Amino acid sequence: MEFQKKLHEFQQYIDAEEKIEPKDWMPDDYRLHNIRQISQHAHSEVIGMQPEGNWITRAPTLRAKKILLAKIQDEGGHGLYLYSAAETLGISRDEMIEQLHAGKAKYSSVFNYPTLNWADIGAIGWLVDGAAVTNQLSLRRTSFGPYSRAMLRICNEESFHQRQGYEIMLKMVKGTPDQHEMAQDALNRWWWPALMMFGPHDNQSSRTTKGMLWKIKRASNDELRQRFIDKTAPQAEFLGLKIPDPKLCWNEASGHYDTAEINWEEFNKVINGDGPCNRERMEHHKNVHAEGAWVREAAAAYATRKEV
Amino acid sequence: MDMQPALFQYCLQLGDNNLILGHRLSEMCSRGPMLEEDIALTNFALDHIGQAEALLKYAGEIEGKGRSEDDLSYLRSVDAFSNWKLVEQPNTDFAYVIARQFMVDVYQCLLYPKLQKSTNAMIAGMAGRFLKESIYHQRHTSAWVHRLGLGTAESHRRIQQAFNNLWRYTPEILTAKPFETLLSAQGIAPDPEELAMDWTVQIIRVITKAGLRRPSDDFVESYTTHTEHLGPLLADMQYLQRTYPDAKW
Ligand SMILES: [Fe+2]
Ligand SMILES: [Fe+2]
Ligand SMILES: [Fe+2]
Repeated sequence: MEFQKKLHEFQQYIDAEEKIEPKDWMPDDYRLHNIRQISQHAHSEVIGMQPEGNWITRAPTLRAKKILLAKIQDEGGHGLYLYSAAETLGISRDEMIEQLHAGKAKYSSVFNYPTLNWADIGAIGWLVDGAAVTNQLSLRRTSFGPYSRAMLRICNEESFHQRQGYEIMLKMVKGTPDQHEMAQDALNRWWWPALMMFGPHDNQSSRTTKGMLWKIKRASNDELRQRFIDKTAPQAEFLGLKIPDPKLCWNEASGHYDTAEINWEEFNKVINGDGPCNRERMEHHKNVHAEGAWVREAAAAYATRKEV
Repeated sequence: MDMQPALFQYCLQLGDNNLILGHRLSEMCSRGPMLEEDIALTNFALDHIGQAEALLKYAGEIEGKGRSEDDLSYLRSVDAFSNWKLVEQPNTDFAYVIARQFMVDVYQCLLYPKLQKSTNAMIAGMAGRFLKESIYHQRHTSAWVHRLGLGTAESHRRIQQAFNNLWRYTPEILTAKPFETLLSAQGIAPDPEELAMDWTVQIIRVITKAGLRRPSDDFVESYTTHTEHLGPLLADMQYLQRTYPDAKW
């Protein structure tokens, strides 16, 4: 009875658009839902450093190298910030990393695709950060305070990343035939994975209902995906690139673009660890973590020594 | 030796050191022992590449052959690079990264305040901007040398080994080059011998405080300008510019 009353008050609080803070009472499910979502988001920022990092050493100009370094540094910063937000819910970063390594915590499926040419760096900024920002703009109104504030802070940087990515694409399409080809090739490979970032259809997603009720999620997967497509399709046209979807066309009646169906079989495979680079990404993270153990131990030993 | 080629050589060496070190640091992205350190190293990479950009741009202007900072970075071969062998050494482990970085940080923290007083206004201006970054780097790496030296037996062993193995490349830092001597006489660059002495004293002071031994000077000094490591680094760095010479990026 007591629980039902608390739950009722909790819901009223959320319905009034108040933010839940770490010390407030919350149902266990709410806590777990947030831990899962925020840690997944943090892991995505960190794992996402790998595909882009693949091109840092080959960035074609000093300016491009600086922009890419700064971008990846931002992503690492987002990771830190989000790990801290999740920690307010009573889980440590070590535990989150353990869950990642055990395959219990996920990260965005999009980072399991390879970066094969320089235009991929443009396409990631334009499409992947573009999709992320579409999602995160709506998450600024999420009900958990620390997560909402993290999104506020992160969104500006993600929009900036998107513009920088688009700028690379512009240079590539205006460049030599080789460069134009790279740009088209990158769009061909990143378009569908970017759309998959929004997750399964609303009627397929078990978590959507409660997430919406508790206002953790503020817009549905399909809504956000459509928003992204409507915004991005004209940009592709401006670049003179062809989106790899023969069914893509503007629907006057609905006021949206129509599209073909996502390859959900591929999506499920990638989510479950069988994408093109899942093994490489996890192995890289595990190896680096293991190789860094002696450094973390030294820092910890030194810290205790100083306290004495 | 004329003044103009000496100045070109000087800026080129400063620029190349920053460029190659920045590149090595950029290889560490997503490979730090913890996320905070990953971000810090990426940040250092960014600073050094920024410094390289400014120095190489100026070097190109002095040379007067129309070479931009990108031309100098991406279109020269091993022979034409004038960076120290120290900065091209690979990221063997975190201890090597820190030891290498620390040696450069100490050098730059001694060099830049002196360059701020250079009779060349362009160099003086750049040095002022760079110094803030270098002070921050040195604070960070000195702290790590200390932490690793006094942390665990393993960290002590590793940082000692890194210093021992990198010490072979210090004669190059300590030997005055003709262009440095020439510029020093004009008040454009500091006295290289004084700089070398200050550098050694500082390095030994921090190493000793961290419970480490001064590395042995008992090695055969390499007389080549580079080690085997620079070639592959350039092949990686210059890949796009070399493969698509007509492209603008
Ligand atoms: Fe991101
Ligand atoms: Fe991010
Ligand atoms: Fe981003």
